[in-house]
Amino acid sequence: MIVLEKRPQPSRAWSMATPLVAVLATMFFGGLLFAALGKNPVEAIGTIFWEPLFGEYAFYYRPQLLVKGAPLVLIAIGLSLGFRAGIWNIGAEGQYIMGAIVGAGVGLAFYPMEAFYIFPLMVIAGAFGGWAWAMVPAFLKVRFGTNEILVSLMMVYVAEQLLASMSLGLLKNPEGFGFPGSRNLQSYASAHNAELIEGSGMHWGVVAALIAVIFAYVLLNRHMTGFHIRLTGEAPRAARFAGVKPARLILFCLGVSGALAGLAGLFEVSGPSGQISIDFNVGYGFTAIIVAFLGRLHPVGILLAGGLMALTYIGGEIAQGSLGLPAAAIQVFQGMLLFFLLALDLLTNYRIRAARKEVA
Amino acid sequence: MDLSAINPVLLVASLMVAATPLLLAAIGELVVERAGVLNLGVEGMMIVGAISGFAIAVETGSPWLGFIGAAVGGAILSLLFVVLTQVALANQVASGLALTLFGLGLSALMGQSYVGIKPPAMGKLDLPVLSDLPVVGPILFSHDLVLYLGIALTAAVWWMLKHSRAGLILRAVGENHDAAHALGYKVIRIRVMAIMFGGACAGLGGAYISLIRVPQWTEGMTAGVGWIALALVVFASWKPWRALLGAYLFGGVTVVQLNLQAAGVAIPVEYLAMSPYIITILVLVILSADKSSAPASLGRTFHASH
Repeated sequence: MIVLEKRPQPSRAWSMATPLVAVLATMFFGGLLFAALGKNPVEAIGTIFWEPLFGEYAFYYRPQLLVKGAPLVLIAIGLSLGFRAGIWNIGAEGQYIMGAIVGAGVGLAFYPMEAFYIFPLMVIAGAFGGWAWAMVPAFLKVRFGTNEILVSLMMVYVAEQLLASMSLGLLKNPEGFGFPGSRNLQSYASAHNAELIEGSGMHWGVVAALIAVIFAYVLLNRHMTGFHIRLTGEAPRAARFAGVKPARLILFCLGVSGALAGLAGLFEVSGPSGQISIDFNVGYGFTAIIVAFLGRLHPVGILLAGGLMALTYIGGEIAQGSLGLPAAAIQVFQGMLLFFLLALDLLTNYRIRAARKEVA
Repeated sequence: MDLSAINPVLLVASLMVAATPLLLAAIGELVVERAGVLNLGVEGMMIVGAISGFAIAVETGSPWLGFIGAAVGGAILSLLFVVLTQVALANQVASGLALTLFGLGLSALMGQSYVGIKPPAMGKLDLPVLSDLPVVGPILFSHDLVLYLGIALTAAVWWMLKHSRAGLILRAVGENHDAAHALGYKVIRIRVMAIMFGGACAGLGGAYISLIRVPQWTEGMTAGVGWIALALVVFASWKPWRALLGAYLFGGVTVVQLNLQAAGVAIPVEYLAMSPYIITILVLVILSADKSSAPASLGRTFHASH
């Protein structure tokens, strides 16, 4: 008979090791899945994890790593702050959409004027759009005690409808021959989030993601608000006695995560994607949840996890092309990762012991 | 715009159809939550139920086997949640999200070769005189049998929770798992059964969408119904009959907005399509003032430390 014994303190070693073990377990069971789909598992795993970094066309894929990783890291950093305090914003996808709509809207309002201040204004507007969308669940939670999980998620569906409405109506390209979608911001110099170094994949979103990592690290380790976040998550009762105001924390965590998700949306719409269209959002807001957990809600961990998850996206696309691996298989693969992560977390908090006989 | 084209009798009849997936999923989740477990994976279990039911119905040609397969599929997926939260003692919110993300991917993978196929049709109730009655007939006596099953399930769960010993034990586990454990009840075992029941119900609800309501398979076709079902449990204050009422209310909103779309009302389609989600939020706000009826151990991890 096996019993679990709660550790007096979470094990640091296991806390570091679980993400790695989870990745290995996912590779193994993912390989089984690919084999079940009739693909060579070794080849498939190799394609996903090796090809984008060191393969023949790596010069093309490496920049993509930054392009895909930046929004994931940006969103996950914001989410991790709330998750640490037990505030569950799972509507990042909606905030991402709203950031893109508001930011692109501001940019398009200036079209065809060229000025240096247009892009900064768009950035502010993008952050504002995401922030405002996140304020809905935050305000309702603070004022009425409404469950923020359900409200933030419902707001995703509302945002998706709004996105459809915008790309068919208000923001539709007047010179687009009737096709849905806005003007392409890539061909509007003042609003284009161009690569900072040609061919590197490095755009302002990547810079913002790195700043967010540093900001979150400093906040959590050197700032009172960060301490309150950690305290609320680890010892809610103690937090109350220490004078932490839950309402302020909710507004702060949801606000920051909304603003960061909005920024991610703005950098995406003004850069890699280029335009507001019905299928603009591709699920970064949801994948970022996996990234946040894979990074153990730690800023540096999230940076690494974002890179890894971007790798599976790109590797998955390559495997789709070369091996005919279905796109959904990668989604399952990413979901599996979260499973193993959560399951293996047991080892961080509990010790597994063999007991002689069953105790009542 | 032509509102006179909307037939109130057909409206009520289709409202009941629209409400059934919600009702099935919500009743399942209600039992899970009464046992003190918060499973946010309803959407994932529904969509997996939708595709497993669809695939089995298409392969066997029998919608009934499809529904059974959907219930089994939902229950199997819920076992993953069991492993995470009851064995590995993981956070229930995170585990539920994992279940949904995984379920959405898995269903897309399973459903690849089923896009654009029509499933076998489900027979409808056809009673000699009753089904032909003018207004009452189409509303009460000519639906598919699964719709009646949903109502019967509501009654059964209500009776079980309120009048049976098993229901009493389930509620005890949900209200105070330490006390229930001290009384000698197997907290984990009871919760596992509740979670699997919830999974089976969600699976049925999903299959109702793919086999009867739509009927077709498209990726992500549950479109948030699982999440609305979660909201519905709160709306119902964890009481089965109120879940039925809530499901009909939401079904009504869905059907009315679809009818308004078809009638060509001056409101753009997208804004009409938003309405069920916005109404869910409004209802949550109105009802969130009173949390007294929530099971006291809801969402808390149980670990017998002897």
